[in-house]
Amino acid sequence: MLKIISTVIASVIFASLAQAKETLTIYTYESFVTEWGPGGKIKETFEKTCDCSIEWVGLGDGVAVLNRLKLEGANTKADIVLGFDTSLTAEAIATGLFGKHGVDKGLAKTPEAWADDYFMPYDYAHFAVIYDTEKMTSPPKSLDELVNGDPSQKIVLQDPRSSTPGLGFLLWMKAVYGDKAADQWKKLQPRILTITPGWSEAYGLFTKGEAPMVLSYTTSPAYHMVAENTSRYQAAAFSEGHYLQIEVAGLIEASPEKTLAQKFLGFMMTPAFQDIIPTTNWMLPAGATDTALPDAFGKLVVPAKTLLFSPDEVFKNRRAWVDEWLNALSK
Amino acid sequence: MIKLENVGFRYEDMVMNFDLQVAVGELVGIIGPSGAGKSTLLSLIAGFDLPVSGRISIAGADMEGVAPDQRPVSMIFQDHNSFAHLDVWTNVALGISADLKLDPPQRKRVDEALARVGLSDFKARKSTELSGGERQRIAIARALVRDKPVLLLDEPFTALGPALRRDMLDLVREIQKERKLTVLMVTHQPEDAKYAASRIAFVQIGRIAHVLPTKQFFAASAPADIGDYLK
Amino acid sequence: MFRSLTLAIALGFILGAVALGFLPLLWLGLGQGGFHFDDYLPRVVGFTLKQAFLSTLLSVAIAFPVALALARRRFFGREALLKIFSVPLALPAIVAILGIVGVYGNSGPFGGLFSIYGLTGILLAHVFFNMPLAVRLMLTRLEAIPAENFRLAAQLNFSTGQVFRFIEWPQLSSAITGISSLIFLLCTASFAVVLILGGGPQATTLEVAIYQSLRLDFDPARASILALAQLVTCGLLVLVAGQFAREIQVVPPTLAKIRRWDGKSRLSKTMDGLLIAIAVVIVVPPILSVALSGIGNIRPDASLLRATATSLLIGLASASLSIALGWVLAETAARQPRSILKSAITLACLASLIMPPAVLATGWFVTLSPIADMSRYAIFLVIILNALMALPFVWSPLYPAITDSVQRHDRLCSSLGLSGFARLKLIDLPVLRKPLGLAFLMAVIVSLGDLSAIMLFGSDTLVTLPALIFRQMGNYRMNDAAGTALVLAAFCFALITLAQRWSQSHDQA
Repeated sequence: MLKIISTVIASVIFASLAQAKETLTIYTYESFVTEWGPGGKIKETFEKTCDCSIEWVGLGDGVAVLNRLKLEGANTKADIVLGFDTSLTAEAIATGLFGKHGVDKGLAKTPEAWADDYFMPYDYAHFAVIYDTEKMTSPPKSLDELVNGDPSQKIVLQDPRSSTPGLGFLLWMKAVYGDKAADQWKKLQPRILTITPGWSEAYGLFTKGEAPMVLSYTTSPAYHMVAENTSRYQAAAFSEGHYLQIEVAGLIEASPEKTLAQKFLGFMMTPAFQDIIPTTNWMLPAGATDTALPDAFGKLVVPAKTLLFSPDEVFKNRRAWVDEWLNALSK
Repeated sequence: MIKLENVGFRYEDMVMNFDLQVAVGELVGIIGPSGAGKSTLLSLIAGFDLPVSGRISIAGADMEGVAPDQRPVSMIFQDHNSFAHLDVWTNVALGISADLKLDPPQRKRVDEALARVGLSDFKARKSTELSGGERQRIAIARALVRDKPVLLLDEPFTALGPALRRDMLDLVREIQKERKLTVLMVTHQPEDAKYAASRIAFVQIGRIAHVLPTKQFFAASAPADIGDYLK
Repeated sequence: MFRSLTLAIALGFILGAVALGFLPLLWLGLGQGGFHFDDYLPRVVGFTLKQAFLSTLLSVAIAFPVALALARRRFFGREALLKIFSVPLALPAIVAILGIVGVYGNSGPFGGLFSIYGLTGILLAHVFFNMPLAVRLMLTRLEAIPAENFRLAAQLNFSTGQVFRFIEWPQLSSAITGISSLIFLLCTASFAVVLILGGGPQATTLEVAIYQSLRLDFDPARASILALAQLVTCGLLVLVAGQFAREIQVVPPTLAKIRRWDGKSRLSKTMDGLLIAIAVVIVVPPILSVALSGIGNIRPDASLLRATATSLLIGLASASLSIALGWVLAETAARQPRSILKSAITLACLASLIMPPAVLATGWFVTLSPIADMSRYAIFLVIILNALMALPFVWSPLYPAITDSVQRHDRLCSSLGLSGFARLKLIDLPVLRKPLGLAFLMAVIVSLGDLSAIMLFGSDTLVTLPALIFRQMGNYRMNDAAGTALVLAAFCFALITLAQRWSQSHDQA
């Protein structure tokens, strides 16, 4: 035990002391760099291509990363930030910290053509309502059916004030219902079991059997099929289309390692990076892959239509939309 | 009056066994080294500890299965004899009725007991405002209103100065004579026992080694272990 | 001299930590131009106070008779039950909630009895967390009653009611205000419980609103006005409660073993049995549910070992810091009549409940990041924040014990010229061993269960057990998370057992 403790102390305190080689510091969300996430393998693969090392800094989620950048401003240690989704990029660019990536935008394989000069996508997935086939035989076929359906069949949602999927669902409602979103939220309210602060709590309640539905991603069933060998949990395809989450990375303009950072963003679009993503981050690759996706991914719902606000629209309206949601559900 | 026959008790590693007979109206001092079992002896008589064997009888009645409040006994401890947040009068009145519903004659008894122990002027004070000696007087007054034939004193005056101790012993002796009480008094000060007791029981390692009249106890001819203790 | 120096350091440390947290935020807020008032703030404050008031009322109302019953009775499994009562404190909210859901949720054995979402759920979870805490704190006071009081009661034939009136109530009444305000503050600062079981944004507390304004909106102006609202509300509450609090009755401990003769009637036995059963039904099944989901899911891999070691290290370090701060403050407060200094000390001890950790963390970051590499010092910030969070729990066993010791030993010590370290070694340490042990244990447990400080400062190189649970959940690994939660609960149970052995072995000495 003592040995473990001293190792912990040593690794915590001296983590960033051994920096003889060029080091690329990448801020990302925490789950990216856990032992199950893609971080470790990506570090290993990239370090083979250069005489450099990657230092991951895992911080909560994308919002936490952005706030950290705002707090640090020009003093930031980050060379690259990986893990925003497109609802945050406009706000991130507004900090003035990001530089253009200089990578060929054509390399991006997203549902819609990629046009951002500052950020490159590395994976994506559509938000979806995941349902428990043992509890629900006829899942809603549209957002409308979800909103107006049987209130005894509950759904667990996430709070848009504290979670990315929560915000994603709010944008989904807004994209489908526009000005009438508030009314539809009120109609949906009786079906909401509860609204949790983050994805983990919601998904935990769902797998505990508290509700037959939860808001997650179209890719979620892939995890259960690959890792747990069960097809019990499935995504419901909605006729209005699904809101898209694209996860992106960008580089810090003032970084002393800007060349290396550009190299990493280029690497990000290659199979060496992209092949790791599906079964570690449980998202769909946004660049070229060498190995075929596991079979399970072939069984996933492919949305008929993709819904997505531009980053600027989200940036301008988010606060008003969250307040609208707050008012609709608070009464 | 009090009869202990082969009374066995176990406290942690120590096995105790007591035999003792005390006559009505006697004041017996109990002395002996710390940890010998003096306080346990009183606790057994009062019913706070239960013997594993043997027989305790008071006034001819077997005490087995008799709850502490049903025994004809009042006990005064070294400390904590009164409730700090209650006034002196209430502390004494508790000795008559725990629900404090006293009729006029009973109230008079409380007043008289307080007068007897010299606390008439302190009725409305909280016990925390009193000196150590005055606090023990509360306990004596309560024993008076309870009016039980046996009084057990567990080092009640140890914390007091010599003159005050003498006063308190005088008070106990007067009351003992007035009420014909049978008194057992544990003390660490041999001179207290010498001053007040008619007989002295010497307790050692969980046994009553000797019971002697006071004069013999302090005489040069006393058994050697007593002499060693008194040295 | 020694005392005023240590006091200045301890008080300065806490006030500095709070000021470094709040002032930069306020400054940032002012820089962004003004505050914006709307009806959100009063609504949030209203709900915060309502749920905290109800939760406290319920927790204390149940804990009070349960503590009395537990003090009266000795039965098989009592020790184990009391140990289990310490476990909720160490469970991160999400683990406890999944435990509660496993029992009262839709698929639990008591599912469908009532809905656990909405105010009912919040109250249930808060009672689960705080009732056992209140029971333990009340029991500490009840067990300090001298054995002679019960002997006297037996001789005077006190009924159960009279024992309560003359012995138990006077002892408990001095502690009940303090315990209630602690629980009220804990419920005010409650975050995950309110969000998860609240059912939606109608159940928004100040803490949630502050978190939102710091995270999603990054609006320091709004965060600082909300933090100010929390500071004023909770600070006032603490001060007002302090006025009502009765001074602690000092009772010197005695060696006699406590035995009781009251409560012999069948009615009293039945009532006590019923009360204890109610407490068991509230506390035990959710913990059992956590344990059952964890069995078979423990993955004893490197990350679990590492997280256990990290948790232990942070727990020990923050408990030590917390004890040091609490001790120094209690030494001064115990010697003060009602005064401004005493109020200041009380407030300082509750700093982490009055000022949300999210605010402290953000402010520290703003202040420190330009001058130091934060990721390197993250572990120290977690330790400091955990120490502040443990301070209220350290305070409640330590303060009465120190007050007692001060009143009994001060004169003697000054007459003998004993002071400083000599006194610490000869008098205070031996005398305070038991309350210090309890305070240390509480502090370790609080730190073991902490998820907020570690989420604010933790990183991929700094993972405690709760952080590991959260990471596992965030990666679909709900079963692994259940296993880790069991390790955390078992770890806490083992610590309590160890601490009790230790205190008992010193009792006999």
